[in-house]
Amino acid sequence: MAKIFAVTIVLIAIGSAIPILMHTWDMPQDISTHGHLIDEQYADTMAEAGISFLVSQFLLAFFIWKFSSPKPGAKIKSFPGGAAGLVIAAFLLVGTEVLALGVFGAKAWASVYFTPPAANALPIQVQAGQFAFYFRYPGPDGTFGPLHADQISEANANFFGLDTTHDQDSKDDIVSAEMAIPVNREVHLLMHSKDLGHSFYVPELRVHQDFVPGLDLSIHFTATKVGKYEIVCTQLCGLGHYNMKAYLEVKSQEDFDSWIKQQAALQ
Amino acid sequence: MRNRYNLAAVLSAVILVCCGALILGQKVNAAGEGKITGTVKLDGTAPHMKGIDMSKDPYCSKAHASDPGHLETVLAGQNGGLENVVLYISEGLSGGALTEVPTEVPVFNQKNCMYMPHVLAMDVNQKFKVVTSDQTAHNIHPLPNPMINVGWNQSQPPGAPAVEKSWKAAEVIPVQCNIHPWMHGWFVVVKGPYATTDANGSYTINNVPPGNYTVTAWQETYGTQMQKVTVAAGKPGTADFTFKAK
Amino acid sequence: MHDTSAHAVHHGVPTSFIRKHVFSLDHKVIGKQYYALALVAVVVGMVLSWIMRIHLGWNNFAIPGLHLLSSTGAPGNVLTPEYYLQLMTMHGTIMVFFVLTTAPFAAFGNFFLPIQVGAEDMPFPHFNMMSFWITFVAFLVLVSSFFVGDGPTLGGWTQYAPLSAVGAVAGPGQGLGVVLWASSIGIFCIGQLLGALNFITTTLDMRTKGMSLMRLPLSAWAWFITSIMGLTAFAVLMPACILLILDHVAGTSFFVASNLVINDQVLPHSGGSTLLWQHLFWFFGHPEVYIAIVPGLGIVSHVLITNMRRPLLSHRVIIYSMGSLAVLSYMVYGHHMFVSGMNPYSSLAFSFPTLVITIPSTIVVLIWLGSLYGSKLRINTASLFALGFISMFISGGVSGFFLAQPSIDIMLHATYFVVGHFHLVMAVAAIFGIFSGTYFWFPKMTGRMMNETLGRIHFWLSFVGTYCIFMPFHYLGIAGNVRRYQAFTDDYLIPLIPVHKFITIAALLTGLAQFIFIYNLIHSRFKGALAPDNPWEGTSLEWSTATPPPHNNFGDKMPVVYHDPYQYSVEGASTDYVMQTSPEQLKNAPDEK
Repeated sequence: MAKIFAVTIVLIAIGSAIPILMHTWDMPQDISTHGHLIDEQYADTMAEAGISFLVSQFLLAFFIWKFSSPKPGAKIKSFPGGAAGLVIAAFLLVGTEVLALGVFGAKAWASVYFTPPAANALPIQVQAGQFAFYFRYPGPDGTFGPLHADQISEANANFFGLDTTHDQDSKDDIVSAEMAIPVNREVHLLMHSKDLGHSFYVPELRVHQDFVPGLDLSIHFTATKVGKYEIVCTQLCGLGHYNMKAYLEVKSQEDFDSWIKQQAALQ
Repeated sequence: MRNRYNLAAVLSAVILVCCGALILGQKVNAAGEGKITGTVKLDGTAPHMKGIDMSKDPYCSKAHASDPGHLETVLAGQNGGLENVVLYISEGLSGGALTEVPTEVPVFNQKNCMYMPHVLAMDVNQKFKVVTSDQTAHNIHPLPNPMINVGWNQSQPPGAPAVEKSWKAAEVIPVQCNIHPWMHGWFVVVKGPYATTDANGSYTINNVPPGNYTVTAWQETYGTQMQKVTVAAGKPGTADFTFKAK
Repeated sequence: MHDTSAHAVHHGVPTSFIRKHVFSLDHKVIGKQYYALALVAVVVGMVLSWIMRIHLGWNNFAIPGLHLLSSTGAPGNVLTPEYYLQLMTMHGTIMVFFVLTTAPFAAFGNFFLPIQVGAEDMPFPHFNMMSFWITFVAFLVLVSSFFVGDGPTLGGWTQYAPLSAVGAVAGPGQGLGVVLWASSIGIFCIGQLLGALNFITTTLDMRTKGMSLMRLPLSAWAWFITSIMGLTAFAVLMPACILLILDHVAGTSFFVASNLVINDQVLPHSGGSTLLWQHLFWFFGHPEVYIAIVPGLGIVSHVLITNMRRPLLSHRVIIYSMGSLAVLSYMVYGHHMFVSGMNPYSSLAFSFPTLVITIPSTIVVLIWLGSLYGSKLRINTASLFALGFISMFISGGVSGFFLAQPSIDIMLHATYFVVGHFHLVMAVAAIFGIFSGTYFWFPKMTGRMMNETLGRIHFWLSFVGTYCIFMPFHYLGIAGNVRRYQAFTDDYLIPLIPVHKFITIAALLTGLAQFIFIYNLIHSRFKGALAPDNPWEGTSLEWSTATPPPHNNFGDKMPVVYHDPYQYSVEGASTDYVMQTSPEQLKNAPDEK
């Protein structure tokens, strides 16, 4: 029984590792300028966690195999080095492991969060609400008009509560349910939630940030590959959570310019 | 033996009551022969109905690939006829016509991520059905004034059976789908006979007994208008309405 | 070292049925009541997970009879999006609070802590009785939300505000459902506070003669440390629940910011903080994870030592490690909030303690492995589950390396990777601890042995089954599969549905296997072989009293402790094991005194 158990543990450990080693299910390809830091950090962590996982499971299996049927009269043996050795090993091995991960991980984190957006970054405002994202571009004047909570009306498709009759800045604002961005240009995304907690997650872009109602946050990123990607909500926001999404279209600068013109005509 | 007599007595009582109900019911129907007809028009050019961007749900955007959806807050025909105006008798009704709830069940369909019809009129306590023709889930979320009616919020996954409901009191109730925030419609709950205008703006309110009435026309953007109408035996009343474009 | 006569618990042997079995003051009966409650709760929670799993694998599958549970939530026997979330919330809440907190801590702790310290009972038997019945009321309040209004809340077991705080406008179950949820959890907190108070006092004040703190078995230490965590964590969750209820019924705005718009209407709230709830909740929530797992560490150590026929390499290191886990658990909670909008510098500050907490966890695992080396391991169902626990704890633990780092959390936050991680390390591992404890202590609790063959079948199906369920969760998460979705409609999620189908089948089979356990439990309770006083040749105090223990645990004579708890295979001793109560002098054994 014990030997079968040991073999089972080994088989499960190897079986669990195979899809990881084969990259059967992998993170989608990175299309951002900062993503490689996250990917490297992920790969390093996978290596360290994977080795810890396999070594510990194999040791567990091996010891179960070896010590489950002692000969009669066998004596208890002590692990070489004893508890002190193991504690020191844990501090040294895991301590340096987590210290390294922590320090390098902090670098990756800093590259995302502790850098200001470039001065020429394209400002886009995203508003999250049950259960859709809407995006606003400032138009030719480069300025967003103010939001008026009391004028938000899904019934009249005024998703941002803009007052185009009174607010000069709102007149040329462009609102879309789709997010288009030019490739290789930094985007400064201003995040606003009209109702509840939501999240902005684009796996390919290595971007993930919650919306906090009452607190407007911003993130910035640069996409490097033209294509169509999905923006999904990851913060439980109600019954339509699973269907709260939008498409992100990374376009060449020309395509983006013509898209913006098209959208402006539709307003 | 005694039991059998009892059964017979109960049975005959039930039959009697049923017959009585039938006879009385026919009388009420006979009273509702008159009608009110007319058209509702828009004076001026209709506001631009914004297109709807359904890109968030591929099912919806695919359904509208050739025929993009647009808002339906003001739907004016070529001759200026206003669609989706609800007409009902706001004064002058009494007795049977007021208390009798129509037995037909109006249907509110969710099709291609739009409401068909955009405005659904119904009598107080009249049963209505919400159905879905879509392969994406919708939630039906009417928002009545909580002091007047009790709201609900319920999803209909693809293929789900119809939701059958009714409203306890007269009220104009907005209804929306949160999963598809552009889906917005109205339940107009009135007391007594009602009608909704067609694409040409014309309407007919049936089952109006002869008498003097006030007819109210309700349009979601322009509000309400009233007119006095007389219905005589064999002669329908007419009431035409004109809303001014803002 | 205390003379317990000063603390003798003054309640005599009850005679009436109600005093004996219902409103009992006896910690052993209360422990069994907690166990029964956890058993009922776990069956409910598991059936809920089945319904969810079937829905995730086959979205339009009609589950016969489901409309009986809710005609609006399952029209045509197919779950609606909201009802999926409502069942999910109830699954999480029931499992975390009424299974993972009650079974390893309240159930086993109640039964065995007083016995293991050598006490007649807990110091406050009435509080102890209230603790159970308050918890029971909390369970009823929670379950009642299935049957009122538009059903239970859909906000998830974390109940993030403002979704949980704005009322029915936010969705089905968000009105009355949330109020019932918050009331239930608030009540639950009171019950657990009373329990924790008793546990702490029992450990500190009720130890018998010779029972120093360091002579306490590791299970007793685990319950002691857990009760300290419980006292501080539940004391934070309770006021949070009260504030949440006030936001609903009193129109306050603790958790709701100004100018929020739902259904085109501006909400009548202003000035609240969205992140306040998350801080309060996780200040409780992360210690709660350790409340679920630390008793497992203790129980597994206890079972393993008995079956390895040797003490662990170090008794103290395990105690210190469990203590550090408890202390660190309060300093790491921010790792649930890396991308929540909290200051990104805070994320780094929370990241380091989270990484550091892997050190005491690793030490515990290494001490277990190092102690297995050279041991005389006995294989039985209890030790199999204990070893299975170690395997699960390792598997669930290594994924913590990823989630401790905010940069990687950008990819994995709120995905199935997280679901896989916490199910393995806190849910399945804790449940393996419960199973291990059950097979180990059942003879003492009931006076009868459990069926070993059925136990082993149960173990094999559970061990392989849970890996089949929860390992693939990690792969899904790496591929970006977001959790808490009732259907996978996104282009990049559709290819993952076959994996969900596999998981569903594994979950159904593994779930069915649990009925073998329940059958074994009930059958053995009445028909099992009669158990001797010390079937596993253990050394701690529970094995030195009768099976099942008498009302005052030790009969007329209180035990006197002469040794450390785990004197196995001591050289020069007359037997393989020397019980704590044995006055035999040991020359070659260490003594903590």
